[in-house]
Amino acid sequence: MEPVVELVRAHKRYGSVEALRGVDLAIHRGEVVAMLGPNGAGKTTSINLMLGLRRPTSGQARLFGRDPGDRQARSRCGVMLQESGLPMGLRVRELVDLFRAYYPDPMPAGRALALAGLEEQARVQANKLSGGQLRRLYYALAICGDPELLFLDEPTVGLDVESRRAFLGTIADFAAEGRTIVLTTHYLEEADELAERVVVIDRGRVIADASPGEIKSQVAGKRVSFDCPQPLDEAALQGLPLRHLELRAGKVRMLTNQPEEVLREMFRRGIEIRNLEVTGADLEEAFLALTGRHTPANGVQTARRPEAEEVVG
Amino acid sequence: MNATLTSQRRRAEVAPLGRMVAAQVRGTLLFYWRNPAFFVFSLVLPVFFYSFFGLAFGQQRVARNVTVSYLIMAQMGAYAVSSILVFNIGIGQANRRATGQDRLLRATPLPAWVALFADVVGGLALSLLSLLALFVVAVAAGGVRLGLPEWGSLLLRLLLGSLPLLGLGLAIGYGASQNAAPALANLIYLPMSFASGMFIPIQTLPDFVRAIAHYLPAYHYTQLVLGQFGVSQEALWRSALWLAGWGIVLFAVAIRLYRLDQIRKFA
Repeated sequence: MEPVVELVRAHKRYGSVEALRGVDLAIHRGEVVAMLGPNGAGKTTSINLMLGLRRPTSGQARLFGRDPGDRQARSRCGVMLQESGLPMGLRVRELVDLFRAYYPDPMPAGRALALAGLEEQARVQANKLSGGQLRRLYYALAICGDPELLFLDEPTVGLDVESRRAFLGTIADFAAEGRTIVLTTHYLEEADELAERVVVIDRGRVIADASPGEIKSQVAGKRVSFDCPQPLDEAALQGLPLRHLELRAGKVRMLTNQPEEVLREMFRRGIEIRNLEVTGADLEEAFLALTGRHTPANGVQTARRPEAEEVVG
Repeated sequence: MNATLTSQRRRAEVAPLGRMVAAQVRGTLLFYWRNPAFFVFSLVLPVFFYSFFGLAFGQQRVARNVTVSYLIMAQMGAYAVSSILVFNIGIGQANRRATGQDRLLRATPLPAWVALFADVVGGLALSLLSLLALFVVAVAAGGVRLGLPEWGSLLLRLLLGSLPLLGLGLAIGYGASQNAAPALANLIYLPMSFASGMFIPIQTLPDFVRAIAHYLPAYHYTQLVLGQFGVSQEALWRSALWLAGWGIVLFAVAIRLYRLDQIRKFA
C-alpha cells in the first residue's frame, strides 16, 4: 500500500545548519506515529517537509503520493502548528466555520467543537481563551476539515497536567477512528501513551524506528530507585557503574546495566536504602540510552517528566 | 467509527473556490467589525478635515457650479482611500506575518491569493464606507450637488487611481516588520501626500516641492480625482499613464518582497 506520507533521503540545510541529514520515513494509513527527540533534533523540520511548509534541500517529501504543496493533498490533512496566530476578534465558532470552508468535505462545526471540547466556548473570542483552550481551538481548526491525516507539532506544550491528560485522551479518540496521526513530542510518556510507532530523531537522523515496547527492550538497563534518609551527594556514589543519576530531596533514581553490582557496592559503603525499587527501563531511559545524552527537554541533569512540569499558561 | 471514515469517499478533491472566497471575505469583514480601532481614523479623519477646511473656506467659486468645497471633498476622498490601502491592507500584511497567521494559512489548502483578495474586498468596503460618510457631509453641509453619473465617475477615479498605493502598502507590509511597518508607512506616505497637494493646493507649495511632486504617484492620483471638476493640472491620459507606471513599479516591488518573505519562511 502506498504510504500516506513519506520522506525519502530528505536533507534540509538552513544556512550552515544541517537540520536533517538523510531521513527516510514512510507512514501508512491508520498509523499513529510519534516523532521523538530533543529540541533542535529535526522533528519540526521533518513535519514541515511533509507538509510542504519547507522544501527539502535534497531528497523528497511526498504527501498522498503528491508534492506536499499540492492543494488536493493538503485538503486531506489537518495541521496543528507550534507557533501560529489567528485574526483578532473572531469567535471560536466563526474561526471553525472559516477553516471548514477551506476543505472539500468538512465535518459539521458542532462535531469539531465537541471533539475539541470547546462547545461552551463557541461564542468566545479567540484572543480571550486560556492557553489550554487556545490549544484546543488550534486542534479544532486542524480536525474540522475531517482529515485522513493529522499533524500535531508538540500538541501539549504549555499545558498543565490536567489539560494535558484530557487533551491526550481527545487525540487518542480521534486516532481510534482510523485516522493517521503524526505528532512530535519531547515528552516520552506522551509517545508511549498515544503512539504505536516511535521514531526517534537525533541530530537530524532517525536513530530508532519501532514500537514503544521494542524501543524499551533495546535497553537492557534497569531503573534503581530508593529513598535515602541520610544526606547523599554524587561523591558518595563515585565509581558505581551508572548510566544516569538523579538526586532530589532524598530520592535517588539511577539507571544501570549492573543493578546487582551497584546495590552490593552501596551496601558495602553503608548507604542507607529505603523503599528500594528495581524496574525495567521505561521509554525515557531508553531514550537516554539511544541518544547517549541526558534529558530531551533541556539538557539539565534531571530528566523532566510531564508530572514535574511547571503549570504554564 | 472506522466505517464512517472509509464510506465517506470524498466528493470533491478540493473545496469550491466560491465557498473559500465567501468565507474569507466574511472573516475579514468580521475582523473589522470587531476591531473598529483599526479603521476609525481612516473613517473619521477625512470627514473631520473636510469639515474643517471644506466648510470653513469652501464657498469660493473656482468654476461654473464648482466651489472649493468640491475640490476638498475630492482630495479628502483620495486621502481616505489611499490611507486605507496603505494602513489597513498594507500594515495588515505585516501583522499577519508577525503573528504567524500566514504560516497557519499556508498549511491549509487555501490559495494565498484568496486571503489577499479578501483583504482587498475588506479595504474596498472600508473605502466605500468612508467615502459615503464624506459625501453625505459634503452634500448636507458643504453645498455639493452632483448628478448620479458624476458621483459614479468620481467614485471610479477615486478607486481605480488608488491602485498604485495598494502596491505601496503591500510592499511595506511584505517588506517591513510589524514594528517598522507603521513607522515606514507614515514616513513615506504622509510627506508624499502633503507634497502631492492632497491636503493643500499644490499651487501654495514651494517650487522645489512642486518640482518633486510631479514624479509622485499621490500627485497624479490627486490630479486624476480633481479632473472630475475640470481643475486638473494635467490631461486625464497623462495622470492615467503615470499611475499605471507607478502601479507596475510598486506592485513589482511588492511581489518581489512577498517572494523573498516566502523563501525565507517556506523554502
